[in-house]
Amino acid sequence: MNIPYTSTARPDTGLYNAKVGIWLFLASEVMLFGALFSSYVLLRVGAPSWPHGYEMMNIPLGTVNTIILIGSSVTMVMSWASLMMKQFSKYKLYMGLTILLAVLFLVNKYFEYSAEFHHGRFPRTSTYFAIYYTLTGLHGLHILGGIIVNSYLWGPGSKMWNTDPQRFTNRVEVAGLYWHFVDLVWIFLFPTLYLL
Amino acid sequence: MESVHSDEVKKSVRTYILVFVALMVLTMITVAISTLHLDVAAAVTVALIVATIKGSLVAGFFMHLISERKLIYATLILTAVFFVALMFLPVSTFLNSVAQ
Repeated sequence: MNIPYTSTARPDTGLYNAKVGIWLFLASEVMLFGALFSSYVLLRVGAPSWPHGYEMMNIPLGTVNTIILIGSSVTMVMSWASLMMKQFSKYKLYMGLTILLAVLFLVNKYFEYSAEFHHGRFPRTSTYFAIYYTLTGLHGLHILGGIIVNSYLWGPGSKMWNTDPQRFTNRVEVAGLYWHFVDLVWIFLFPTLYLL
Repeated sequence: MESVHSDEVKKSVRTYILVFVALMVLTMITVAISTLHLDVAAAVTVALIVATIKGSLVAGFFMHLISERKLIYATLILTAVFFVALMFLPVSTFLNSVAQ
């Protein structure tokens, strides 16, 4: 049996089903990260003292990672726009760049974590580092998930462009919605953990 | 966004570039402000305002929320209600200390 409404819109919702699905998933993600942000607020206002992020973190590296992630969001939306304009080779280029930037983000994060460990700053060190590793670790896992899905859509999954281009374009749009959400979370994580 | 013509997509591409520039400028602004080392209340307020503007740009343009279907808006309004409740949960700890 075929999955219904993968390429055309369902008449009552006006949306193809995967789009409803991804937004429901993102709603649950809002609550997941929201719970952790809420915990951060509780821990911070309840603590007798709290270090400034800018005293603890490498701000230039954090800023570079912010720029990388925003850049990858732009290349992601461009990859979808390329498919909308039926330019498959441009899609491959932009999606490839998105994956590359995401990997670069994780490489930077690896160097950041290594430097922290080197200075003896572990999750057990303080409440600040406990919530820092929890939030950035969970966010990092989301980046990794995005890399896996985007790599599939760049590589073997892109064969679908020849058989069902509309469905493939929708898949890229849905993957993009997830990716922009991961970018959006970082937009809030960066000032919270690095700048305040 | 199912039946978009390629002219409209070309127009959107220009918007994406503008949004990208705006996001870069706002990132620089928020980092620059943090070097002023304002007191915590002011710093949090400014950082949250800038982050909210950036987040709205991403959600509005990259995630096309500026023109979406009703079902998605309804889902997000419900999410926002629960999210706000979640953010105000830590405030309840103050209510407890007042009672003592």
